[in-house]
Amino acid sequence: MKRLSAPLIGGMILLGAVMLCAMIPDVLAPYDPLGFDFAALLAPPSAAHPFGTDQFGRDMLSRTISAARIDLQIALFATIFPCVLGVLIGLFVGWYGGVADMIFGRLVDLVVTFPFLVLVIAIVAILGPGLVNMYIAITIVGWVAYARLMHSEVLVQKAGEYVAAARVLGYSTPRILFRHILPNAIRPVLVYLVSDMALVILLGSSLGYLGLGAQPPEAEWGVLIADGKNFFNQAPWIALFPGAVIVIAGLGFSLTGDGLADLLEVKR
Amino acid sequence: MTLLTVTGLSKRFPARRGLVEILRRTPRQAVHAVEQVSLDVMRGETLGIVGESGCGKSTLARCLVRLHEPDGGSVSFDGTDVLALEGDARRRFNRQVQMVFQDPYGSLNPRMTVGDTLGEALAVHRVVPAAEIPARVRSLLDLVHLPQDAALRYPHEFSGGQRQRIGIARALAVEPSLIIADEPVSALDVSVQASIVNLLMELQDRLGLTLVFITHDLRLVKHMTHRVAVMYLGRIVEIGPTAEIFARPQHPYTQALIRAVPLVKARRRDGEAAVMGEMPSPLNPPSGCAFHPRCPRAEPECALSVPDLSDRGAGWQVACRRA
Repeated sequence: MKRLSAPLIGGMILLGAVMLCAMIPDVLAPYDPLGFDFAALLAPPSAAHPFGTDQFGRDMLSRTISAARIDLQIALFATIFPCVLGVLIGLFVGWYGGVADMIFGRLVDLVVTFPFLVLVIAIVAILGPGLVNMYIAITIVGWVAYARLMHSEVLVQKAGEYVAAARVLGYSTPRILFRHILPNAIRPVLVYLVSDMALVILLGSSLGYLGLGAQPPEAEWGVLIADGKNFFNQAPWIALFPGAVIVIAGLGFSLTGDGLADLLEVKR
Repeated sequence: MTLLTVTGLSKRFPARRGLVEILRRTPRQAVHAVEQVSLDVMRGETLGIVGESGCGKSTLARCLVRLHEPDGGSVSFDGTDVLALEGDARRRFNRQVQMVFQDPYGSLNPRMTVGDTLGEALAVHRVVPAAEIPARVRSLLDLVHLPQDAALRYPHEFSGGQRQRIGIARALAVEPSLIIADEPVSALDVSVQASIVNLLMELQDRLGLTLVFITHDLRLVKHMTHRVAVMYLGRIVEIGPTAEIFARPQHPYTQALIRAVPLVKARRRDGEAAVMGEMPSPLNPPSGCAFHPRCPRAEPECALSVPDLSDRGAGWQVACRRA
């Protein structure tokens, strides 16, 4: 058994904190995130309100904690769907090659020609704002990265003699693909998946900021920042603390991804 | 009695053409990896296939188990046409003919324990009922002289020689009658080679296996095969009983190969180079007898037509007009 590395432990502590916020926001949040307090409008950080308050006197710490759930949901759904789709496509295209490979290559070229964010925004604009449509848009654009990773890894693995051995043993194609090639080809995808979670949180926040992602009253870190921008001169803490939390969550995912890469490295 | 018959087997790998070549309509070139190979494998014997790297011996082996689909010719196993098999019939053929691979580091799935690897072969082919699989895995490990606790470990915990034993156990799991060993020891240390070769010979004896042994090492051929086929640029140039071919090689290429074997005992060497030059490109093989540019006995006619294998008695065939 390999020892857990420092980045992995650090990353998991950060992620654990975010997940705790997502699981029990009511216990952790000192105030009702939607509760107005007209006695403390735009109050700076203090012992009573560590993250300060916004223009309605809502406690920013409580709002940031209760927003974690939506952001974690984004981190999960906006990576799992493109990942599963991309892995399956990469697996089959890599295995069968030929015409499928050619079509796949052109399709990939087509998608990567557009800047990622522009394409996602365009699709959300067509489908209409909202979280579900955002997931659909990210899946349509995001599967390409996973499929390319998987595709190139499958090409390497299928030339391996253990795959030849499986074919000589008469194993069925699904068995060879899912029991032999997939477990050996999935490592770079898993590592990318975790660091992609950091990216989609930023993406989700960006779309939330633009009003295309999570819709009020659903609180989400990007939405919180967007709310705070109007008061940035008088009360910078409204935008600052949710922004810092985004960075912390992103760091947690990145460190975990790095640590996983080392942990999953297979010995030959 | 003949177990496997190969007739006129050919396999070509088309070379990729660049855009310029496609536009210029340059004809598509192909590597002629295996050309018109015919041979028989007798039940219970060991047939050696030797030749330099790139002569097509591994491609031939892979065609026999249909890892490559041949472009021409036929393969018949125990009277059935191997190349026409599909579905269940093909799976039954897979059970009969197994392969041992060259690279002990690449031929085992690194994410599966040895027990899982062996158990999978047993389960897919329903060799034994599910409840008896662990016991059968243990007896397979015993058969290849590996400790019982090997079943719970992963391939990276074993040495090259031990992994090759695992590969042999996997091949034996489905109780085949023919094993094709594609350079099974060339990736191993010399000290380990002997133990794997001895294991193969022991298993052949105990289980009545037929063995096709592919190698470039003539000492192994001499040590363990009954008959040997010598390949050059995709064709068999000489085939016959090992002892006789080693005593009186007929084809100039076979003679050169045997003369090139390093000797431990000091013996007077005549100083003459065994064979001159490099093997020509299989993309563009020489006309006629492919060996003629390097052959010390070549004459002008050798460049004109490919010599057929002609009988020299007792199953001994040579493809050379000068021998």
